[in-house]
Amino acid sequence: MLIDRQARIIEKKTWGSYHLFKIESPEIANRAEPGQFLMIKVSSQLQPLLRRPISLHNAENGTVEIFFQVAGTGTRLLAEKEAGSTIDLLGPLGRGFTVEDRLKGEEVFCVGGGRGIAPLYFLARKLKEVGAKPVVFYGGRSQEDLPLTGKLKELGMELLVSTDDGSAGFPGLVTALVRETLPHRSPAFLYACGPEAMMENLAQLCQEKNLPAEFSLESIMGCGFGACFGCVRKIRRNGQPSYLKICQEGPVFDLEEIVWQEKENG
Amino acid sequence: MVDLSVDLGFLKLKNPVLAASGTFGYGLEFKPFYDLNELGGFVVKGLYFSPREGNKPPRLVETPCGLINSIGLQGVGVEKFCQEILPQLAQLDTAIIVNVCGEDEDEYARVAEYLSRHKGISAFELNISCPNVREGGRCPAQNPEATYRTVKKVKEVSSVPLITKLSPNVTDIVSVALAAQEAGSQAISLINTLLAMAIDIETRRPRLHNIFGGLSGPAIKPIAVRMVFQVARAVSVPVIGMGGIFSAEDALEFIMAGASAVQVGTANFVDPDVCLKIIDDLRRWAEQHQVEKISSLIGCVKA
Repeated sequence: MLIDRQARIIEKKTWGSYHLFKIESPEIANRAEPGQFLMIKVSSQLQPLLRRPISLHNAENGTVEIFFQVAGTGTRLLAEKEAGSTIDLLGPLGRGFTVEDRLKGEEVFCVGGGRGIAPLYFLARKLKEVGAKPVVFYGGRSQEDLPLTGKLKELGMELLVSTDDGSAGFPGLVTALVRETLPHRSPAFLYACGPEAMMENLAQLCQEKNLPAEFSLESIMGCGFGACFGCVRKIRRNGQPSYLKICQEGPVFDLEEIVWQEKENG
Repeated sequence: MVDLSVDLGFLKLKNPVLAASGTFGYGLEFKPFYDLNELGGFVVKGLYFSPREGNKPPRLVETPCGLINSIGLQGVGVEKFCQEILPQLAQLDTAIIVNVCGEDEDEYARVAEYLSRHKGISAFELNISCPNVREGGRCPAQNPEATYRTVKKVKEVSSVPLITKLSPNVTDIVSVALAAQEAGSQAISLINTLLAMAIDIETRRPRLHNIFGGLSGPAIKPIAVRMVFQVARAVSVPVIGMGGIFSAEDALEFIMAGASAVQVGTANFVDPDVCLKIIDDLRRWAEQHQVEKISSLIGCVKA
C-alpha cells in the first residue's frame, strides 16, 4: 500500500448519481487485485475529516478505475471532481477475492447489487484470464441503476440483469434471478458484493446448494489499514467468532466465516 | 540546524512528536509508510491484561471536524503483546510507550508489573481516562483520589517511568493532574477524548452501538489547548499535549501552551505519514523563526 497524492483523473463518466473515474496511478495499479479498495481523500480541508473507502473497479495499464454512487457528503464531494484534476489515493488496501487457477474451465457466478457491481468488473476480467467462465449478475432497482451494463457486455462474458421494477431484464431481485438460474447451471464458485440483505439471502442460497462463495463486505472505516479498529465485524475464523477488521482481514470473506445475525444496530 | 530534541527528564526524545495511543495500532501498521525511527516515539494501543473483544459495531461516527469512536479497547492482551509485538518494537530506535489499562486498580498494577519484566519499553502511559468502558464513561481520572490510588499502585510494582493520561470529562482537571503528580507520575499527558454522542434522526437511534463514544479530531483542539495550558501552569512535571493535532502549527500551539511534547492521534487515520510531515514542518517553522531549540518554546505563551 502506498499514498499517491497526485493521481490524475483522466476520464470521468456520470450517470445520475453514479460516477466512474479513470485515474492515472501506475504504482497502485500494478499492485491492485480485484476486491481491494482505496481510501480516497475527498477534501483538502478538515471537513469531512476522514478518507472514504471506495472499491477498485478496475486496474490496468497504469490506471485504476473507481465506480461509486453518491450516498452522502463524502461521495458527493468526490463526484464533484473533474477530469484533469488530481486526487489523493491510499491503496491498494485489504484482502481481495481469491482467483485460483483451479477455476479454469469452470463456470463462476459474480453477483452485484447496485453499486456493489464495482469490484466485480475487475474480478470478472481476472477470472477470464485464468480461463474461468464468469456469469455476471447485475441487479438494480431500475434500469437507471444499471449504468455499467454496456461496459460489462464489452467484456464478452455472459451478463444477466435484473430490476426490481422490471424496467430491464429479469423483473425482481437479483437474488431471485440467481435462484432461478442455478438449476440450469453448475457454477463452481460464487462471488458477491451488494447490499447486506442481498448478500445474506445469497449466503442462504449458497449454503442450500453447497456452493462455495466469497462476499465483499462494507463498513464505515476510520483509516482503512488496520490502525483504528473501527470497521470490525463478527467473523468465524479459527473457531470462535470474533471481531475482525474488515479493512485488513477483508473486505472479502469466505461465506463460511461471516456471521450474519450480528445486526449492526441490534 | 534546529535542535528538535526535548527532555522529559526520565526520557529524551529526538523530537517532540509522538503518535497517540489508539490511533497507531501497535506501531507496525505504519511501517509500510515510513521509518518509525523518525518519530520522537509512539504510544501503542491500550493493553489490558487479557485479550479484549471490544465494543459491538457501529464503533465510529464522523462529526464536523471530528470523529466519535467507541472501539472499547479491543486488543491482544499483555502476553501476546510481549511475545509477538514487543520484540519487533524493541529493535526500533525511538521511544516506545505502552498505554496501560485496567478494569480496576489491581488490573492496572498487574499489567504494569507484567510489562515491566520485558525489555524495550521506554515508559508507560496510564490510561485512567478511557471513556469507552460500559458504564457510561466512569474511570479513575474522574476524581483525584482514585487517580492518586491508581498511580500509586502502579508505581509500587514498576520502576518504568510513568505518564498519566487525563480525561477532559471532569470539572477540575488541575486537581486530577496534581493528584497524579503527587502519587509519583513523572509526566502528565492530556487530553483523552471528550465523551460524546450522535443520533441518526431517521432511525431515532444513537449512531454508536455503545450510545456514547469519545470525540477526537480538530473539533476538540481548542479545549485541549486550554486544558494543557491550565495543567502545565499547575504541575512541575512535564506535560504531553494532544487533541486534534493535524499540523505543525497545531503542535506549536500545544508547545507554547506548556507541552514538552505532543501526541498526534486521529490525523494518523487520514494521512498515515502525518507525523513525519509535522516533524519536517516544525523544523522549517523553527528555521524561519530563528528558533534554535524547539524546547525554548515550551510554555512561551504570553498570557
